[in-house]
Amino acid sequence: MKNRARILAYPYIVWMIIFIVVPLLLVLFYSVTEGNINDPSSLSFSLKSYTRVFDIMYLNVIWKSFKLAIISTLFCLILGYPVALIISTVKARYKNIVLMFFLVPIWMNFLLRTYAWMSILSPNGFINRLLTFLGLPPLQIMPGQTAVILGMIYNFLPFMVLPIYTVLSKIDKSVLEAAMDLGANKIVTFIKVILPLTVPGIISGITMVFMPAVSTFVISQLLGGGKELLIGNLIEQQFTVQRDWHFGSALSIILMIMILISMAIMSKVEKDDGNGGAPIW
Amino acid sequence: MVKFLKRFYLTLIFIFLYAPILVLIVFSFNESKSRGYWGGFTLKWYVELFRDRDILKALYYTFLVALLSSIISTVIGTFSAIGIHNMGLFTKKMALNINYLPVLNPDIVTGIALMTLFVSLNMRLGFMTMLISHTVFNIPYVILSVLPKLKQMDKNMTEAALDLGATPSYALRKVIIPQIMPGVITGALIAFTLSIDDFVISFFTTGSGVTNLSILVYSMAKRGVKPSINALTTLMLLTVVILLLLINKRTTKGDELIP
Repeated sequence: MKNRARILAYPYIVWMIIFIVVPLLLVLFYSVTEGNINDPSSLSFSLKSYTRVFDIMYLNVIWKSFKLAIISTLFCLILGYPVALIISTVKARYKNIVLMFFLVPIWMNFLLRTYAWMSILSPNGFINRLLTFLGLPPLQIMPGQTAVILGMIYNFLPFMVLPIYTVLSKIDKSVLEAAMDLGANKIVTFIKVILPLTVPGIISGITMVFMPAVSTFVISQLLGGGKELLIGNLIEQQFTVQRDWHFGSALSIILMIMILISMAIMSKVEKDDGNGGAPIW
Repeated sequence: MVKFLKRFYLTLIFIFLYAPILVLIVFSFNESKSRGYWGGFTLKWYVELFRDRDILKALYYTFLVALLSSIISTVIGTFSAIGIHNMGLFTKKMALNINYLPVLNPDIVTGIALMTLFVSLNMRLGFMTMLISHTVFNIPYVILSVLPKLKQMDKNMTEAALDLGATPSYALRKVIIPQIMPGVITGALIAFTLSIDDFVISFFTTGSGVTNLSILVYSMAKRGVKPSINALTTLMLLTVVILLLLINKRTTKGDELIP
């Protein structure tokens, strides 16, 4: 049975090679070549696309993508952790309904959510009308970095709250009671017991927010008004407007490598914490 | 005091989450085209929404692609998960690692990689390429939700069925599939929602007049705001709330809500 059941996966193995492995290899191939993509004989090996990235203009874009992604991830963590903590203490009867209403916005189309912010932040949008109505000076947040960060926090906050909430709801209540019985007050219990136990949730929350934030081009395009270029916008432009697949591929490879490095660092942090958690005694 | 602070904070977060949507809902009934200025109550944007051929076409493609790709990926994903589950240690690890790539990779990389493949194969970007791409990123999620159920299953069950004279395909239908059904359903639901909500991958892999809702909203939003999108948002929110309330009622035990 075991041997025969294995056959069921063979079509998918072929599928994976065609639609997952080959496309990535193609991107890698285009990143290390130059020439006309429509004429295979004109392609030759070149690292020009990678050296182009070191232009100060592009380095700035990459730096800004990371900066904005880190800022919005931090905000999501600071705003989201208390939310997860509060939802986990809500009475069982109301917990589902609170959780549901927290989830409704992420079930809405991502583009519509970003569009919603666009229409309230734009120079003659809702907020500025309200401010003028109250006799206050209008705000100039959109287009701009603040609007992009706001859009990221708004779209990705639930991705931070959910994993932390899941870990929190699995914590054994008797552990907390034991801490209290042993004389720890609420704050000490939180710092010494709850926080270390939720590290895995925090880590997956950070990855789930940081990844889409660093690679987005929609939020920066719509809320940054096309002026706040991020690495995602650069890649998108190479494939749609500029038609420079070589440079676009090189940028994609760089984005992938940087994400892999950040994820490796995160998992190392988690492991270190796991080892360092024990000697508290 | 603590209780008050908790409620206050949660309320603030909920205002943050819902305020933009509520503003859109209010302005979907606004007579005046400009935002921030109230020109009286009207339903004309809803009428316009259902007259707008582009929006209707995009809605049609969104649901068609989501339905087809979630069905295809649930079928392929379920069988492949059973196959992968029975593989040797090394091949299993390899297969799972490759399967994990579309989940780990940023959407934009998956999108441009698939586009590169389709163009290199001289395929015309359109409905077919979009459907394939959605299936490509959906299958891994189906496999990842079916595999844990296979692991939980008692191995002896299948063997018992075979010993009792069931053919392998009969054992598959009557023993394995019923036991992994919860995982299959979860996988199908994840696939459907991912497909409905997808923008980035569709954006790069579609062409020749085939757009989904996200692409349409993106191109409209780039050009400026159109009040019929407000009406669309209102209807979408209504659908989501009704669906979630129904699911919540069905699963009184809850917790299954989290995707």
